[in-house]
Amino acid sequence: MSAPSKAEVRGEMAPDVTSFEFTPANLEEARAVLARFPADRRQSAVLPLLHMAQKQHGGWLPRAVLDYLADFLGIPKIRVYEVASFYDMYNTEPVGRVQVRVCTTTPCWLCGSDDVVKAARDVLGCEIGQSTDDGRFFLREFECLGACSNAPVLWVDDDYYEDLDYEKTRTLLEALKRGETPPAGPQSGRKGSMPIGGKTTLLETGE
Amino acid sequence: MLHDKDRIFKNLYGEQSWGLEAARQRGDWDGTAELVAKGREWLVQQVKDSGLRGRGGAGFPTGLKWSFMPKQSDGPVYLVVNADESEPGTCKDREIMRNEPHKLVEGCLLAGVAMGCSAGYIYIRGEFVREAEVLEAAVREAYEAGLLGKNACGSGYGFELYVHRGAGAYICGEETGLIESLEGKKGQPRLKPPFPAMVGLYGRPTTVNNVESIAVVPTILRRGAAWFAGLGREKNTGTKIFCISGHVNQPCTVEEEMGIPLKELIEKHCGGVRGGWNNLLAVIPGGSSVPLMPKSVCDTVRMDFDSLREAGSGLGTAGVIVMDKSTDIVKAIARLSKFYMHESCGQCTPCREGTGWLWRMMERMAQGRARIEEIDLLFDVTKEIEGHTICALGDAAAWPVQGLIRHFRPEIERRIVEYTKNARAAA
Repeated sequence: MSAPSKAEVRGEMAPDVTSFEFTPANLEEARAVLARFPADRRQSAVLPLLHMAQKQHGGWLPRAVLDYLADFLGIPKIRVYEVASFYDMYNTEPVGRVQVRVCTTTPCWLCGSDDVVKAARDVLGCEIGQSTDDGRFFLREFECLGACSNAPVLWVDDDYYEDLDYEKTRTLLEALKRGETPPAGPQSGRKGSMPIGGKTTLLETGE
Repeated sequence: MLHDKDRIFKNLYGEQSWGLEAARQRGDWDGTAELVAKGREWLVQQVKDSGLRGRGGAGFPTGLKWSFMPKQSDGPVYLVVNADESEPGTCKDREIMRNEPHKLVEGCLLAGVAMGCSAGYIYIRGEFVREAEVLEAAVREAYEAGLLGKNACGSGYGFELYVHRGAGAYICGEETGLIESLEGKKGQPRLKPPFPAMVGLYGRPTTVNNVESIAVVPTILRRGAAWFAGLGREKNTGTKIFCISGHVNQPCTVEEEMGIPLKELIEKHCGGVRGGWNNLLAVIPGGSSVPLMPKSVCDTVRMDFDSLREAGSGLGTAGVIVMDKSTDIVKAIARLSKFYMHESCGQCTPCREGTGWLWRMMERMAQGRARIEEIDLLFDVTKEIEGHTICALGDAAAWPVQGLIRHFRPEIERRIVEYTKNARAAA
């Protein structure tokens, strides 16, 4: 892990800890994950286990969590550290609990991701790469989220919000701030990635 | 023009349930045991005869790839499905996984039989949390119905299938990077040879196929190789899911016949280019890694592997990024350079250092803060990156910049001249 000085825990952020263990439910889930791989290939489970641990701990992975996983899998700590720092979805520093990621890669940018970024900054009051002062939200930029026909896209925790613009992003984030969970998916009223004016194919099938 | 009866993905938009019962009504899992019983040779031959070429970008013939797997093996042999869909502009596998997961699950079994695999792993990008949930539920349904497992579909063949989530790294879409990641490591691609068909997952023979390549297999086997081969044109057969994004009136994902003219694709399904066809500036036809095409090429080009290659670009993933005349084209490509810089795994020096250099250079070009001769320097450096790295990410970073210089050099020069003039005036 490259960062010697850690960002500070503040507000609602999950605390730094000196020890960690999976909840009984996650422990059971972890054993199910391990069963997918040959018995001598426990390291294969490191990505799924990091996901579970990050979720359980509230959005980021203190060193003690990584150490626990290394012990759990019976692999050297460095093997967990290097994976945690390689993949974008793992946070090795304290961040806000609700993760708000704006896609700004070219297809989303062409469709107005600058406006989505602006709305997010306006509503959350923090810059890209920062968490809100109360530690509730973490705002970051993400590379192509793979929903380009529904650009621009915002990815909040486990859900995609699509077909956004400045106003729609504002409305969405304000609802999240109030503790609501607005319905995910296209915010334009269309179904999935069909053309917004109506289907041009599959006219004989449907609901 | 493709008729609805020839479309494979009837539930592309998720209007119906993805579940097993609805999938069966759409024709999935129909007579699978009989297909399994026809055996390995027949399955591979059918896929060869269909002309199916890999849908993940490279377009390598799928049946031929399958035939590289050893005929005899003294241990496990694996199928790995690349569901890491991360190529900017691409969002087709997502629709398959969340709306037609049983086509993929059934395809995995049939591909598994065709290659003598005992198990399959579907590696899905970590961001697709909901899609992974659907896919996992579909796999569970298939197990409960006896379609997977020790006696899959009652055929006597044993096949296990697992869903594995990635964690946000474009490089894991490269097949050996994906295998490394599946082994629980950083997704850094391996040198080839040895190829995965000999030494793959856990050192065992492995084939990595794209989601769409696998998901079309059951329909090909049921309707016949000749049916699939009769769509499109020679060596570019079948149907294809296109994802159109950017400056069109109605961006969408749609299954069409291979070889459809680009103009027809955009006008028929996307309500045309914003402001009309004449307002078109350029199109990136196959995901961010292929060179852009100016309007003059777009006027007539067909959307298939060979037509696009002849036009100096590529079908890639068929992620079609449309840019109208309002686009700051240099900035659009500079943003792609930033993407490749961010996603370089850091293993090879030309890519690790080169992608960052390209991005910084492209940012200056976007402003015009450069010298004219630096355009040639930029082009030369892309040539030093291309072909000098373990995997194709270096090439993918180089090509968009090369395409820009090839087709929009006057625009880059114009900016430099203007910036220089303004700087002089200010001084």
